[in-house]
Amino acid sequence: MSLSIKDDEIDIVIGALRPDLTSFMNEWRTIFSRFHLIIVKDPDLKEELKIPEGFNLDVYKKPDIDRVVGTSTSTIFSGYSCRYFGYLVSRKKYIISVDDDCYPVKDNKGILVDAVAQHITNLTTPATPFFFNTLYDPFTEGADFVRGYPFSLRSGVQCALSCGLWLNLADYDAPTQALKPEERNSRYVDAVLTVPARTLMPISGINIAFNREVIGPALLPSLRLGGEGKFRWETMEDIWSGMCVKVVCDHLGLGVKTGMPYVWRNDRGDAIASLRKEWEGVKLMEEVVPFFQSVRLSREATTTEDCVAEVANVVKEQLGSKDPMFARAAKAMVDWVKLWKSVGSST
Amino acid sequence: MNEPATAIEAAVAASPLHQLKDELDIVIPTIRNLDFLEMWRPFLQPYHLIIVQDGDPSKTIKVPNGFDYELYNRNDINRILGPKASCISFKDSACRCFGYMVSKKKYIFTIDDDCFVAKDPSGKAINALEQHIKNLLSPSTPFFFNTLYDPFAEGADFVRGYPFSLREGVSTAVSHGLWLNIPDYDAPTQLVKPLERNTRFVDAVLTIPKGTLFPMCGMNLAFDRQLIGPAMYFGLMGEGQPIGRYDDMWAGWCIKVICDHLGLGVKTGLPYIYHSKASNPFVNLRKEYKGIYWQEDIIPFFQQVVLPKDCTTVQKCYIELAKQVKEKLGKIDPYFDKLADAMVTWIQAWDGLNPTSASFSNGKTG
Repeated sequence: MSLSIKDDEIDIVIGALRPDLTSFMNEWRTIFSRFHLIIVKDPDLKEELKIPEGFNLDVYKKPDIDRVVGTSTSTIFSGYSCRYFGYLVSRKKYIISVDDDCYPVKDNKGILVDAVAQHITNLTTPATPFFFNTLYDPFTEGADFVRGYPFSLRSGVQCALSCGLWLNLADYDAPTQALKPEERNSRYVDAVLTVPARTLMPISGINIAFNREVIGPALLPSLRLGGEGKFRWETMEDIWSGMCVKVVCDHLGLGVKTGMPYVWRNDRGDAIASLRKEWEGVKLMEEVVPFFQSVRLSREATTTEDCVAEVANVVKEQLGSKDPMFARAAKAMVDWVKLWKSVGSST
Repeated sequence: MNEPATAIEAAVAASPLHQLKDELDIVIPTIRNLDFLEMWRPFLQPYHLIIVQDGDPSKTIKVPNGFDYELYNRNDINRILGPKASCISFKDSACRCFGYMVSKKKYIFTIDDDCFVAKDPSGKAINALEQHIKNLLSPSTPFFFNTLYDPFAEGADFVRGYPFSLREGVSTAVSHGLWLNIPDYDAPTQLVKPLERNTRFVDAVLTIPKGTLFPMCGMNLAFDRQLIGPAMYFGLMGEGQPIGRYDDMWAGWCIKVICDHLGLGVKTGLPYIYHSKASNPFVNLRKEYKGIYWQEDIIPFFQQVVLPKDCTTVQKCYIELAKQVKEKLGKIDPYFDKLADAMVTWIQAWDGLNPTSASFSNGKTG
C-alpha cells in the first residue's frame, strides 16, 4: 500500500445480491477490516442480510435508498446496479468494488493477494495510454520503460480506473461458458497494463476500482436488459457503463489499467439456464461497440458530468430509435448526472 | 528462472513435432561464432538458418555442426544487390534484414546471438520458436481488447461483452517476444539502473490494439514474410550513420502503421528468451543520442500517418510511407531524406529478389 494514501480515503462498496455475506466478509476480513465499507442491499432481495461483526460499515437497504433518491428513482438500483448507490453516497476519493461471490486469491508464490492494495497502487501510479510499453507497467518494481519509449510520454497521466481479473470462474458470457462448462481460468498473469487511448474493451464490474473524485459520475446504472437477472451472465450494465467510462477517460486524458489484482470467483449459477433466459445482451454488443468506437466528444466537454451528458445525447440520437432500451439508457444517463450533482459530491 | 536453460533441459522440453520446418527460416546477424546455438539445438536444429555476417568479411564464422545454413557476408551482400546494397547497414545488427529479403520461406524467426533458452516458472525450458509459431498461426484481435489476453490460448477465451462478429480475428503478421534477465532498456535507463534484471514472467500473449504504436525489439521476433516482409526494413544504422539502436524501432513503427492499415495483427508477450549480455551503456548512449531527441518528432509522425485507400499491398504502403517520411521528417535532419531514399531502394531490392511477391493481397491468408 502506498504510504501516501490514508485508509480513510477509501470506501469499499459491496452490492449484496445474496443475503448471507458471512463467509464473503470473513474471507476478506484481513484485507477489508481496516477500511470503511458501504454495503448496498439489492432492493429486490427479500431476506435479511447476515453480516459478521468487526467491520466499520454502513448498510443501505431499500428504505434508505428510497429516502435518498425517492421511490420512483430507486428502481434504477435493482440487482447488480445496487452498488451504484454506494458510489453515489460515498464521500471518499477511491472506491473499490467486488462482487459478493468473489474471494481473495493467492498469487503464484502462494501469498494472499491484497486486492485493495493492488488497486490503490494502480490508481496512484501513472497510466501510459499513448504508447505501449512492452514490459507492461513501467512503474512496477523491477520494470521500466523499454528502449524506444519516448521520454516525453514517460510521466504518464492520472489513472482513473483499475480493472481487475478473476481466477476460477472467468467473466465469460453465457454462450461461451455453456460451450465450455468445465473451463476455469487458472492462468495468473503477473502484469498490470494501461489500456491504450481509443482502445475499447469490455470493462467487467466484478472486480473494479476507481478515483471517484475524478471519474465518479461516469460509472452509472443506465443500460438495463429486458431480461436482466441476478447472474452476471444476465447483465450488460457494467459493460455499457465501462464503455462510457473509457470514452470519457480517453477524452479527458485519463488512464485505465487492466490486469492484477485477481480475485477468486466462485462457481455460481448455470450458464445454459442463463442463456435460455437472456441472450439479447450478447447480440447487443454488435451495435454498442461500433457506436462507442465512433463517439467523439466536443472540446467544450471538460468535466466528467459534461462528458456523460454528451454521450447520453449521442446515444439518444444514434441508438435511441433502434431500440427503446437505448432510449431509456440515454435518459437514465441524463438523470444520473442530475442525481450525482444533487446527492453525490466531488469532495 | 534466473539462469538460462542448459542444453539438456532444452532437449527434455523439445517435442518431436517441428512445425513449419520447411516454411520457416531463422535469421541471425553476427560478428562472432555462433556457439550459442548449441543451447538451442533441440529446438532449432531442424530449421534452416540464414546467417548475416556483419563487420569484417574475411573473418570465418564458426557454426556448430549439424545446422543447415546459408551465410552472407558484406561481400555477398554487395555482390547480390549491387548499388542497392547501400540500403543495408554495415557494422550494425540492422544488416539482418538482408536475411529477410533473401529468404524464400513464408516465415522468419530472428534472434540475437546473446539470447539463450529461458525457463518458465516451473523450471521447464521454453521453446521460443514453438510459441512464435503458435502466435503466428492463430488470429489476432486488434479491434477490441480482450481482458483475458489471447483468447486463442489454451484455457482462455473471449470475455463477456466481446462482440461475436469480432471473434474470428485477423491474420497475425508479427509475433514480438520478450526477454528475461537483461531487459531491453535504452542507455539512460541502463546507466541509472545497471543492476536491474527482468525476472517477471508474464504468462500472456496479447494483440497490440489498432492505432497503438509500440517499441519493437528485434532480439526475439518472428513474422509472416508473405504478409509483412517488405515492411521489415531495419533502416540505415551503424557505420556512416548518425544513429544506432533504432533499427528495430523504426521497422516496428512502419510495420504497425501498415498492419493497422491492411487489417493485420501484431502480438506481443510470450515467448521469453534469456538475454545474457548487457551492451555497454556509454557506447549505447552515443548511438542512441540523436534518436532520443528525434523520436519525439518521429512518434507523432507515425501516430498521424494516414495511408491512402489505394495502398493495398505492403510495398505500396511502404513507398507511400517513404514519401511521407521525406516530406515530414526530412526537415528534422537530412538523415531522414537518406532514410526515405533507402526505404525505396529496399523495396526495389526486395522486389528484385522476390519477383512473384509484388502482388500480395491485403492481408488475408491464402
